[in-house]
Amino acid sequence: MSAAETVASSVRKGVPAITLAGVNKWFGALHVLRDVNLEVAMGERVVVCGPSGSGKSTLIRCINRLEEHQEGQIIVDGKELSNDIRSLDAIRREVGMVFQSFNLFPHLTILENCTLAPIWVRKMPKKEAEALAMEYLERVRIPEQAGKYPGQLSGGQQQRVAIARALCMKPKIMLFDEPTSALDPEMIKEVLDTMVMLAETGMTMICVTHEMGFARTVADRVVFMDRGEIVEQGVPEELFANPRTDRLKTFLSQILRGH
Amino acid sequence: MSGASLDPRLLRKAPPRPLRFSWSDERFRNIVYQVLVVAAVLSVFGWLWSNTRYNLEVRRIATGWGFLSREAGLPIGEHLIDYDPSMTYFRALLVGVLNTLKVAIIGIVLATILGTLLGIARLSKNWMLARFAGAYVEIVRDLPLLLQLLFWYSLLQGLPGPRQAFNPVTGVFLSNRGLKLPYIQWESAHSWTLLAVVVGAVLTWFYRRTVRAKQMQDGQIRSIWPAALLLMVGLPLLVWAALGAPFTIDVPELRGFNFRGGLDVSPEFFALLLGLTLYTAGFIAEIVRAGILAVSQGQWEAAEALGLSRRRVMNLIVLPQAMRVIIPPMTSQFLNITKNSSLAVAIGYQDIVSIANTTLNQTGQAIEGIAIIMLVYLTISLSISLFMNWYNKRIALVER
Repeated sequence: MSAAETVASSVRKGVPAITLAGVNKWFGALHVLRDVNLEVAMGERVVVCGPSGSGKSTLIRCINRLEEHQEGQIIVDGKELSNDIRSLDAIRREVGMVFQSFNLFPHLTILENCTLAPIWVRKMPKKEAEALAMEYLERVRIPEQAGKYPGQLSGGQQQRVAIARALCMKPKIMLFDEPTSALDPEMIKEVLDTMVMLAETGMTMICVTHEMGFARTVADRVVFMDRGEIVEQGVPEELFANPRTDRLKTFLSQILRGH
Repeated sequence: MSGASLDPRLLRKAPPRPLRFSWSDERFRNIVYQVLVVAAVLSVFGWLWSNTRYNLEVRRIATGWGFLSREAGLPIGEHLIDYDPSMTYFRALLVGVLNTLKVAIIGIVLATILGTLLGIARLSKNWMLARFAGAYVEIVRDLPLLLQLLFWYSLLQGLPGPRQAFNPVTGVFLSNRGLKLPYIQWESAHSWTLLAVVVGAVLTWFYRRTVRAKQMQDGQIRSIWPAALLLMVGLPLLVWAALGAPFTIDVPELRGFNFRGGLDVSPEFFALLLGLTLYTAGFIAEIVRAGILAVSQGQWEAAEALGLSRRRVMNLIVLPQAMRVIIPPMTSQFLNITKNSSLAVAIGYQDIVSIANTTLNQTGQAIEGIAIIMLVYLTISLSISLFMNWYNKRIALVER
């Protein structure tokens, strides 16, 4: 099966949630994204993996324009990313993001962290926003922490709050940028469990992670990147069992040795 | 984990550490050291006190505060309250305190505004703006303040005389006699109008609160500017019109060799204010820049990823966090302006140091004179510190 056929088979139906066509990006002289083409269907769960410095984080940060691409097209939920501020705002409202370093707002309580965007972006009444926030805090299983400040929570709890905060905007697409890389092993599990639960609700997800177990359980497709380009992609079992390129073979052996 | 647990083991407190009267006990040692230090300091002060008293007596130097009620006979150029040389030393010193406060307060306000703008400008993506702000900061903080004050003062002295004064706009004159501005002839109607502005500002604050509460109710974000403008400009105008709209502008005029009328800003005050403001603004710019940079890029990214506009991110996320980094060094700068205003002596602005110095020379009561200067600066500085520390505590982060 060629790469193109793999992509075609994994795209389920309807409009794609995200389309990247011929995307190129440079940091100064460094060519960090090389002619990236990727299509993600609504409801699809994609895991992006690859050695560090391969451009995976840059790739998903381009999707909500935390980084600007310099060439090619990125279309999110039917809207093209451009310099138009209005389309950017519209896209960011539909795309939630979870960061490696949580990035909770330390001067606001957990509840205020979750209600901030619904109140100021979705123009939601405070009561309604708080009810919504409690619902999602319940879902990530930390409603009892609502009145505390981020500095009073453990790393795993903070990351679950970050997921709840993003979900409070009711996004159509969720981006995860190495969400478990800054966590202790026992906390990794609680965050991954939350993400698995989210995947089961049918959320469109793109997740940069080294957690191959997670990729195996939830991913519809795994994309392997190296040196700024997509080298291989496919259904997780197949990709992990029969890597076709040497680069993926090397990467997989390093990951497995690490575990 | 859960704080609501009633397990008695959680209620146990750490037991107090017993004090052993032994040289090998750390706590005992610390107490002994502290007692010794306090005793040493007290005895040094006691010695200074008795020594001073003895010497004053031997040299038959008068002490006490009686001189305060004597006639000062010292002329003061600028005074915020009524003053002439036939009044008491106390009155003269009060004029000096007010002059110090005048330059310090106006200086603090102007330096904060200018410094904040420069600090943000230095972070701007606009190349010109950022470089200009950077160059300004480097030049201004690398030169001694005294030098800058002398520079501005001699620059003002080098201006042409009143007859050839710069006259950029009608009624504004810049000459070696200082800055002359047009001024409204003050009537009671103007006081009422000013009061209306204050009332308008208070009402605006309440309005902002109710608007915010309403937003929390129904979610709609409303602009407060129309109402704020109405309250702070419309209301005073209405009051002014109702009182007959008196309006006579007192324009400075050249009469003979000097100006008559208008608002008078002396070259001494102008040079001191200019020097203090420009100098301190350079430091405040760096404090503001550091404060904004101290908020990690991740905070910007997380807030923007949630769909908040850059302005909202600045107001709701970055500034509240930057403030806790900015406030303590900012307090130091406010204290610096206040204390540096004593350099006024060098260019002849009559602040408290200058007047207390003259008092000291005329009465010969050096100890009282110095004590007054120290007391005034201590009072002002402690007030600023207390207020800023209270504010800083209010915005501190909860960590544990």
